[in-house]
Amino acid sequence: MDRVQLIESLAKIKNELIKVEKTTDSRLYLVCESLNAYKVSNFIFKTLGCRFVTATAIDSFHYYEVLYHFSHDQTGTVLTVKALIRDRGNPSIESIAQFIPGAQWIEREMHDLMGIEFRNHPDMRRLILADDWPQGVYPLRKKTKDEKVS
Amino acid sequence: MEFFQLTIDGEIVTDIDVRLSYNHRGMEKIAESLQFDQIPFLVSRICGICSASHPLAYVQAVEELAGITPPDRALYVRTIINELERIHSHILWVGLAGHFIGYDTVFMWAWKYREPVLDLLEEITGNRNNYGNVKVGGCREDVPDEIKPKVIAELDKIATKMEMLTKAVLDDPVLHARLKGVGVLKKQDAINYCVTGPTARASGIGIDVRKDDPYAAYGLLDWKVITQTEGDVFAKAVVRLLEIFESIKMVKQAFAKLPKGPVAIEVKEIPAGEGCGHAEAPRGETFHYVRSDGGNRPVRHKMRAPSYVNVPSFKASCLGGNIADVTITLAAVDPCYSCTERLAVVNDRSGKILHDYESLLKLSREKTEKIKKEML
Amino acid sequence: MSLSAKAVKKSPWVFHVNTGACNNCDIEIVDLLTPRFDVERFGIKLVGSPRHADALLVTGVVTAQAAPRLKEVYNQTAKPCVVFVIGACACGTGIFHTGYHVVGPVDKIIKEVDPNAIIAYVPGCPPKPEAIISGVVKALSIL
Repeated sequence: MDRVQLIESLAKIKNELIKVEKTTDSRLYLVCESLNAYKVSNFIFKTLGCRFVTATAIDSFHYYEVLYHFSHDQTGTVLTVKALIRDRGNPSIESIAQFIPGAQWIEREMHDLMGIEFRNHPDMRRLILADDWPQGVYPLRKKTKDEKVS
Repeated sequence: MEFFQLTIDGEIVTDIDVRLSYNHRGMEKIAESLQFDQIPFLVSRICGICSASHPLAYVQAVEELAGITPPDRALYVRTIINELERIHSHILWVGLAGHFIGYDTVFMWAWKYREPVLDLLEEITGNRNNYGNVKVGGCREDVPDEIKPKVIAELDKIATKMEMLTKAVLDDPVLHARLKGVGVLKKQDAINYCVTGPTARASGIGIDVRKDDPYAAYGLLDWKVITQTEGDVFAKAVVRLLEIFESIKMVKQAFAKLPKGPVAIEVKEIPAGEGCGHAEAPRGETFHYVRSDGGNRPVRHKMRAPSYVNVPSFKASCLGGNIADVTITLAAVDPCYSCTERLAVVNDRSGKILHDYESLLKLSREKTEKIKKEML
Repeated sequence: MSLSAKAVKKSPWVFHVNTGACNNCDIEIVDLLTPRFDVERFGIKLVGSPRHADALLVTGVVTAQAAPRLKEVYNQTAKPCVVFVIGACACGTGIFHTGYHVVGPVDKIIKEVDPNAIIAYVPGCPPKPEAIISGVVKALSIL
């Protein structure tokens, strides 16, 4: 599949997307509500055969974002699913590790560092913070000043 | 550095888990307090031996965000430094793999032959590792044209030695018996675990960022992606050995085609936006995502090292295997050296700790000895 | 000088500890064993357990997870022992000093269990193998 066909195939999930942003010829951002991210990611991984690269959690003040980055290696295109989590009090999203084993670690990490719940994650445990790191302290959330472990 | 825990039943591995966190320095948060031009020095130290690939992926993300195109000469210089790093990193791996299975002469030879590459990098960039050679907009330093004959001469010497070593590995029946069929990562598992680099290419997945989404000067050079299909430790060794020759070829071509001109453009400010940069490190794809709000520092900087996706594939490659093969199977994805030091093996039924790194290493080397004796 | 102190001076057996490093220092330490530097000719040996060691080669910033382990290793090491702190991270946490998961540097953590610990510093990022050898030899000649 070439890049033109790749972009055309996104029409199949257009109902799940808010918009598609194209920053360069090879970088696409598929913005969606967090509720639809599972279906969109499933389409990109299973139907389009893209490789899951990693995920980025962002504290954007009005909402949390979870960016799932995928690579379409045949065309060198990076497609990023930008899921918006509007419930800041209780941020949660359906885990894509259910169908991508390679996403297990990064979802555990985003849970550790940003405090986002990944519903139905096959193995949700602490990954990256120390055993004695206090519960409920999420270092990547935006604060007025940095906190250090004393 | 990680802490691996394996559960065994008799001699067969039934479960494997890892405790990370020992190496977690909180770099993504630190990056939010640094300025864009300070970050290459930070990310160079994510992993000491991918220290050219991480800053390159990062500056590419920022250059994409800001719509900056570095000058042509910079693209070639970046390629030269990155390929020299790949050469010494792969040679390091060959040495370590030899050590794990009891071929200590290979370890000593390999690490001796990587020294001249480190000397060259020190002469060009000022350091054996952590080169600090890239910045947003180009390179911080130029490669002097006068060094070209020295680099070519050294690489020719290394090529001769590596040909000898490669032939020794490919022809050795003991190595075939020891490493073939060991630690197999099947193609579908490789896809599900989203592995990259030689780990993927040894399982028949021909992905390589340098070909798939060319950056620096890779799209302008003549070279090939090396793949194997068996997915075992032997296949991974073959991929890395053959890649050394491709890298040597690329460095020579890059020097031959090196255009005149500046090695950087001046960058005044980074506008608001987001960018993704990736580079093919010796271990696989390094991926950086940067978001800016137009200020001096990133709002968010995501860094992903290749080992983050390659190491978890041990679930697929170690389970059902023999404990004598654990050290070499873990080492085959080429994690950071210190990672494989922390190992504990626990009995399935009693929960008692049976082995540590020292005794697992001993088991691995004893297995090689046994194979040698059987072949005599 | 006691017999054990003499042994430390003549040919120290060293145990390597990584408390959260990028591995550059660790690779340069392993490099010491390879033909160009070959520290084994000086009797310096890398051992697999702190109980057999006269000296510790410590790299890394000391992360929150690694700190208890570092203290445990120090306590297990036979005394007298020298702690060689290798690299900018270990000497003073380097560029990671604002990290939320960084509790080091190494001397701060070691002194929590032994305020009189003997500590020698070899800075660099990473220090070249020659620098590590020079630092170790210099420290041993003073002791």
